[in-house]
Amino acid sequence: MTAIDPIVQHHERRNAIITRLLAQETILLVLTVIAVLVLASANERFLTARNLSREISLIFEVALIALPMTLIIITGGIDLSVGSIFGLSAIVLGFLWQDSGWPLEVAIAAALVCGIIGGAINGFFIVRVGVPPLITTLATLALYRGVALGISEARSARGFPDWFLGIGRGEFLGAPWQIWILLIGIVITWLLLSRTIFGRSLYAMGNNELAARFAGIPVNRNKWLIYVFSGFAAALAAVVFVSRVTTTRSDMGSGMELDAIAAVVLGGTSIFGGSGGIGGTLLGLILIQVLKNGLLLAGVRGDATSILIGIVLIAAILLNNFFQWLQVRLTANK
Amino acid sequence: MASLSGTASVTKTANRRVRATSWVTQESVLAISIIVLGLVVSLINPNFVSATNISNILNNSSYIAIAAIGMSMVIISGNIDISVGALIGLLATIGGRLAVGAADGGYWIGWAYIIPLCVGVLIEGVIGFIVAYLRVPAIVVSLGMTSILRGGLILWTGGEWIYDLPRDFMLAQQQVLGVPVPVIFMVILTIIAGLWLRYSPAGRSIYAVGGNKEAARLSGISEKRVLMQVFMLNGLMVGFAAMMFATQFSAIQSTVPSGLELLIITAAVVGGVSILGGTGTVIGSTFGALLIHVIPNAMIFANISQYWQQAVQGVLILFTVLVDLYRRRRQSYGRK
Repeated sequence: MTAIDPIVQHHERRNAIITRLLAQETILLVLTVIAVLVLASANERFLTARNLSREISLIFEVALIALPMTLIIITGGIDLSVGSIFGLSAIVLGFLWQDSGWPLEVAIAAALVCGIIGGAINGFFIVRVGVPPLITTLATLALYRGVALGISEARSARGFPDWFLGIGRGEFLGAPWQIWILLIGIVITWLLLSRTIFGRSLYAMGNNELAARFAGIPVNRNKWLIYVFSGFAAALAAVVFVSRVTTTRSDMGSGMELDAIAAVVLGGTSIFGGSGGIGGTLLGLILIQVLKNGLLLAGVRGDATSILIGIVLIAAILLNNFFQWLQVRLTANK
Repeated sequence: MASLSGTASVTKTANRRVRATSWVTQESVLAISIIVLGLVVSLINPNFVSATNISNILNNSSYIAIAAIGMSMVIISGNIDISVGALIGLLATIGGRLAVGAADGGYWIGWAYIIPLCVGVLIEGVIGFIVAYLRVPAIVVSLGMTSILRGGLILWTGGEWIYDLPRDFMLAQQQVLGVPVPVIFMVILTIIAGLWLRYSPAGRSIYAVGGNKEAARLSGISEKRVLMQVFMLNGLMVGFAAMMFATQFSAIQSTVPSGLELLIITAAVVGGVSILGGTGTVIGSTFGALLIHVIPNAMIFANISQYWQQAVQGVLILFTVLVDLYRRRRQSYGRK
């Protein structure tokens, strides 16, 4: 009676394979592999451990910010203020250490707390007051950058001790510190998103917030958490960045939010929320950086790379739309 | 009977409430805050309300206001365009190069205005096409376009500034009857766009598409055509803004002024254009553009450190958005 029709079973298996093959992640993976192969054959310096680990420390800041950005975009929100939180944290770090004479350890902690507060303020306006995330973070983008400008008055901090500079430039177990920090961040975010109730509920919020509320998901608490997480990640990235470039400036990190969003969207996370994942974001980041680095090694100017990235960003979404349409056609059981 | 008269009195108070709040629009709130701010600062420093300074403020805010008209339409239709800053940079450079060429090669200087306008409409038309027909979200398309335009501009110019601009190209530095040309453009374009949005069927359908796509479709409005129209008009406005931007100084920077798109979006949002689409006016966005220029100017006259300007601007955006939110909530309660 309930015997499964072998033909139906066959259809289902076939449909699952088609769905997998045509997912944005698969497209990206193929694109990235092609890009890596082409660039590696064009230049022998490309696929060296030295070049790759240098590239990871260059992409570190945007990557760290893109992790919580993925969570936020999955819920249908957006955070434009991360670049400004980045700048503000850097300035707070430099100011407290150099001008106020705080111990550097405490100044670092204060910079991280500053990121958390920045994220919490975003969360407050989004959750409590009900201002849309785009507007809230547009306003705080100006506000945090403005406070950073006001505190720094265009001065910069310099002359950090060696142990601090070691974070951004030193190595641990043969790899830059950035790789380890990023790895921990990726594992935590990935586990959160795909293995916890919290992570699943973010998708529910992105698909239908009202339904999520009625299903008893703590929508407000979750929003607070992701925006605070975003602020913290931006501050952490800023601390490591200051250590790498050995100075602080109030315009640090401007435009960084768009880089992070581009990577997330390129990675197949829908800007309307409800779908996506960390794996896609990582692929997006890798593809962008591979293109940048590879073209630079091939002697193409950085500005041309920016054109290519813009085209890839739009084309990836177009391809995805096309494949989704194809998938619907192919999986339709006639 | 008793219940009927009860209902009547409830309706009456509701009516009074609506009447009492109907003049409290975002536009009037903005106008009043600009005036109050002006009065307070002029008490501290009377030079603030001098004709030169007022003309200065109007002049500086005009290109933001003009670009914000286009941005308002885009946002009202339920979309957003991040690429306008990059586009202004590109169009200004095209105009500048053509003007220099006109001075050397002897072709008509008017091309230096017409061609950038056409390029603006064309590029925004491409964005509109991808958004409307290929169904890619506007934020993604314009993000990609920003990257393309920014890279393309630097690749083209190599970051070189344009200096030897001919004198007759300097449209923004001229005056008609003592009024600077950019201000005239700002006022005329605001009035035309405001009337068009409010009274023409094409203008109304932008609100319809932004307010409720499905309802708009059912009432026979082609969403695709409306979106194409909106983006191309935005390109035209960005073109005008770029011309005002290009001709205000005797040199053109040839790189994209960073953060310009956010300033333009801010002007629209401060002006009461809802980011969710469907509501807002261009009169509001023009007042918004004025306000975000009055504040830093007032700070200079009130002797406040200019380093804090941007922070104040951020607080201002939050504040006006909160006022707008509060007002809308009051009004929706009043209607119940």
